[in-house]
Amino acid sequence: MSVILNEVRPGFYLDSVALMRLSREIAGQPGIAEAALMMGTPANKEIMRDARLLAAPGEAAQGNDLVIGIRADSDAAAREALANALQRLTTSRASVDPGQGWRPRSLRAALKILPDANLALISVPGAYAAAEARKALRRGLHVLIFSDNVPLAEELALKREGRDLGRLVMGPDCGTAILNGVPLAFANRVPRGEIGLIGASGTGLQEVSSLIAESGAGISQAIGVGGRDLSREIGGIATLMAFDALDADPATQRIVLISKPPHPEVAQRIVARVAASAKPVTLCFIGADSLDLPKNARLASTLKQAAELALEGRLIGAGFDIRARTREMRIPAGRSRRIAGLFAGGTLCAEAQVLLLAAGRHVASNAPVPGASDLARAVTDSDRILDLGADEYTRGRPHPMIDPQVRDDALRDALDDPRLGVILLDLVIGYGAHTDPAGHLAAGLARRPDDGPLIVASVTGTEQDPQRRSAQVAALEGAGVLVAPSNAQAAEVALALTGEYV
Amino acid sequence: MTREAKPQDLFIDPIRVVNVGLETFAHELESLEVAVIHVDWRPPAGGDPQIADLLSKLGS
Repeated sequence: MSVILNEVRPGFYLDSVALMRLSREIAGQPGIAEAALMMGTPANKEIMRDARLLAAPGEAAQGNDLVIGIRADSDAAAREALANALQRLTTSRASVDPGQGWRPRSLRAALKILPDANLALISVPGAYAAAEARKALRRGLHVLIFSDNVPLAEELALKREGRDLGRLVMGPDCGTAILNGVPLAFANRVPRGEIGLIGASGTGLQEVSSLIAESGAGISQAIGVGGRDLSREIGGIATLMAFDALDADPATQRIVLISKPPHPEVAQRIVARVAASAKPVTLCFIGADSLDLPKNARLASTLKQAAELALEGRLIGAGFDIRARTREMRIPAGRSRRIAGLFAGGTLCAEAQVLLLAAGRHVASNAPVPGASDLARAVTDSDRILDLGADEYTRGRPHPMIDPQVRDDALRDALDDPRLGVILLDLVIGYGAHTDPAGHLAAGLARRPDDGPLIVASVTGTEQDPQRRSAQVAALEGAGVLVAPSNAQAAEVALALTGEYV
Repeated sequence: MTREAKPQDLFIDPIRVVNVGLETFAHELESLEVAVIHVDWRPPAGGDPQIADLLSKLGS
């Protein structure tokens, strides 16, 4: 018989990443079936209710209260885990900043300590993010909003206000920027150089900037404008401001813009602005068919091609011979040529779909690009290419780039699928990401049978990242994974294994 | 402000960050020797996002 134990700490706040780490720690204790520490918002309480972690005390909690929910084999185990959780909460608060007794509780107080701050990095829950961003803008700061779930109307109001004030509003929901060589939120260590990047896609920016770095070149700035910036509603406000800034920047010689296909009216506005620039521009609208472009612009169909065009034709991973690398590999007998893609990066997922579709395959996804179908309309032989960072997979859980365990269930299902031919994966490293995603993945692949699906991956990141790209690649190769130099080439390897690489 | 502010101002000066939210971002910036101050943020206005929004508009 299981026991559900709740404890509520009124007014106790800890950020979501810290709470998720703590939840995992408590859940891993002996005799504990499940555990979660969450703020008592209605959405979080629903998640805890679904996980059978909520009893009467938790049900009564408010959004400002921390709820500890434990389900255990016995009352003794539950109480011991609760005691541990409370102890860990006390120490996490005390260790928040050793050696500094007082910490500012507001942006205004922080600016008294760092009066020449020029950027606010905001990652509070989405419902509060706009309020914090507005305060920062009005105090003269540029803003990078990492938070997701910021209401669209709030995003529009903030970006308009930022435009009036001459301040960039980066994000929301595109947690990547590299400014003056400094990686912010989810980003990689990339050398300084001549290429300026603008992205409405976090992992798209990470892949292109990392490919540029790995080819020996560098970037001037990488500006993440938010996943909805090129929607009709937002109208590309941040993208156009970022373009103006890079166009005026003497250190930027070439510009790359990465996004899902923009709304047609917004695309026209972007193209008109590009035409007014003297700098060469690469537009990478993943999944877009064609576009009438001015003379200084080129359209890239993949992230890899965008990097190559920005590098003025230098090829990415030129020494990687797909045919030679796959010549000795065969999909085990009895398995189909079907490919399953399990992606942490949304744009990496989109890029893989584009390449599989171009080879004439039937592709289904929870985040379909034009030409792919929704998962509900998948047929037996469809490749299923999943974006595991999408909301339906991350509700109440961290993003798979932060916590690779989020991919474990999907990977286990794919490995157990008796008919699947190839599993295609991405690994995104860098700041903000998990410390060793390849080690985690390798452990999950350790005892798979020899006649399982073939596994192909790429690692987005650089040698200068804390995880070191080469060390991640070596760990994957040690686990029998074929690692390609880019996400696009990983998709091409999958096509070679299914006999469709031309 | 003595002149019109522009986004590219950000490319001239070293980046100095006020971090509001996930503390891990502040630690990473510290490891890169970037000037950063972390705000010990809690949900304002008793946890009511609408009142928090209103307060920010009033300059609080």
